[in-house]
Amino acid sequence: MTHAEHGARAGRGGRGRRRRGEQAMVPEARFTSYYGLPVLNPPVWKPLDIAGYLFLGGLAGGSSLLAAGAHATGRRELARTAKVGALGAISLSLAALVHDLGRPARFLNMLRVAKPTSPMSMGSWLLFGYGPLAGAAAVTEMTGRFRRLGALATAGAAVLGPAVATYTAVLVCDTAVPSWHEGYRQMPFLFAGSGAAAAAGLGLVFAPAEPARRAAVLGAAAELGMTRLMKRRMGLAAEPLEQGKAGRLMRVCEALTAAGAGLAALPGTVRSRVLSAAAGAALIAGSAALRFGVFHAGVASAQNPEYTVVPQRQRLNDREFPAARHG
Amino acid sequence: MSFAPHLVFGGRLAGDPDAMTETGERPRVGFFTDTSVCIGCKACEVACKEWNAIPEDGLLLTGMSYDNTQGLGADTWRHVAFIEQRKPVDVFQAAGQADAGSKLVDGAGPELRWLMASDVCKHCTHAACLDVCPTGSLFRTEFGTVVVQEDICNGCGYCIPACPYGVIDQRKGDGRAWKCTMCYDRLGAGMEPACAKACPTDSIQFGPLDELRERAEIRVRALHDAGQPEARLYGHDPGDGVGGVGAFFLLLDEPEVYGLPPDPVVTTRDLPSMWRHAAAAAVAMAAGVAACFLRTGRRPR
Ligand code: SF4
Ligand code: SF4
Repeated sequence: MTHAEHGARAGRGGRGRRRRGEQAMVPEARFTSYYGLPVLNPPVWKPLDIAGYLFLGGLAGGSSLLAAGAHATGRRELARTAKVGALGAISLSLAALVHDLGRPARFLNMLRVAKPTSPMSMGSWLLFGYGPLAGAAAVTEMTGRFRRLGALATAGAAVLGPAVATYTAVLVCDTAVPSWHEGYRQMPFLFAGSGAAAAAGLGLVFAPAEPARRAAVLGAAAELGMTRLMKRRMGLAAEPLEQGKAGRLMRVCEALTAAGAGLAALPGTVRSRVLSAAAGAALIAGSAALRFGVFHAGVASAQNPEYTVVPQRQRLNDREFPAARHG
Repeated sequence: MSFAPHLVFGGRLAGDPDAMTETGERPRVGFFTDTSVCIGCKACEVACKEWNAIPEDGLLLTGMSYDNTQGLGADTWRHVAFIEQRKPVDVFQAAGQADAGSKLVDGAGPELRWLMASDVCKHCTHAACLDVCPTGSLFRTEFGTVVVQEDICNGCGYCIPACPYGVIDQRKGDGRAWKCTMCYDRLGAGMEPACAKACPTDSIQFGPLDELRERAEIRVRALHDAGQPEARLYGHDPGDGVGGVGAFFLLLDEPEVYGLPPDPVVTTRDLPSMWRHAAAAAVAMAAGVAACFLRTGRRPR
């Protein structure tokens, strides 16, 4: 007969205790679970819908920023690409969100209340404001009519766009899922960088221009740097980002983003359609891989009781033996 | 569907159950589950399923002692856990084993100790599920409990990973989120919840939360005096990470042995900080992209 599962490995695990370099004076965080079953109920969100939603939100938000910059500096081709890209991305992301609901016909219940304690409620209202602006910006750009209105919509979308790109980080972090919640300080910056890189990538593919090239390098650098910083600060919860499917996706993200940024950094890239398209495609794919990696890491961390129990046990021990921690 | 203005400002502000008690409307009610007298009969599981007309969700043999239910979910609102341990069973035996500690290993030494515990939704004071629900479907009742309004839930699934205890879940084929209502219908009619009614040993006690907390303190002291130092209360402390729960427990081992988190914290406690970080990131993103257009001049194309 199997009894409750015991193990001491994670209590000693390098990451769990790296924070303060505490030594053996604190009793071991012994890991016990109920037959190895998860403590949490893992998310039921469908990976394609919700990871896709995170990615598309970043792409849309970043594109609206690029669109406004291109609009203001008279880069018609880049402005058009970014505006149409933003509208396309936000429409798809909305479709993914509705598709993921258990009761899609009740989607509008999202607008029944406005709750600051619910990132999904805030996000719904944000999309409710941003969507029409992105739409108006794209349609006026394509038709060439109502230019004044189009300029206003472009500016409005650029104001809300960055919020669309970063609120999705709050959306996933505001859960009990260890590998999401523990990253809440870095995740918004990570998503901001990743969104900017994806949007710049789109620009490089369809309308190579100097600002897109710069945004690509800057966004990719933020994406890569923030991933590292986040993993370093997350303690034990960083582990799922390095293992299994999530780990593979994160490595793909790193490789593609680094390659895309490297290509974009070459001064001649904007003059070569082939080179900039390759750089852009790598950045877009890298950004998508990041969201899928983060998504799967979260699910994996919720499925394993270790990631829930060990840090909490450690916290209790630290509280019980505060002297030992600093001793 | 009605618009509920009292929910507009979010669950925490509008639905603080302790504040409600202070206004003297109605006492907050709850469960005190004393696992030390649970006999593992599962009457609570059955009564809950019957009263709430919860669909059958598969029958399987898990090999986990007598537990074929496994955990709480959309179709299990009471779950009886079974843990088999080799530990001293009672005072006399504990005394007898005191100088024979080396024998405390599997297969030798003391008898089998069987822990049983009926788990349920904690009806948290600071309930993450309620906080994050974007539709206002989850709400705080006049009894201080947390309930899903199934006619409003759109199955967004946000409450599920938000709950630090793994209680609420999505019902397959239905799409909406379901969990214990503390028999909201029975409470309204002045009756106690079905599980408490059915429990033959009074392991599940229902009543005003203040009274239950006092009763629990007395019980845990009595167990300590009787030589069970491992008896402890779980979830009774209003100072814990979820502000104390409405359904608390007396346990005979660490919470994680029963599949409960040892130090749960409501995720929304960090939400103000999350919003601040997101706002800073949004500003940084806008500034960063704007900087990419500097000194590139106007270049009409
Ligand atoms: S235990 Fe989970 S489902 Fe129950 S009230 Fe607390 S957060 Fe909500
Ligand atoms: S699944 Fe239903 S109850 Fe849960 S957060 Fe979404 S709308 Fe609210």
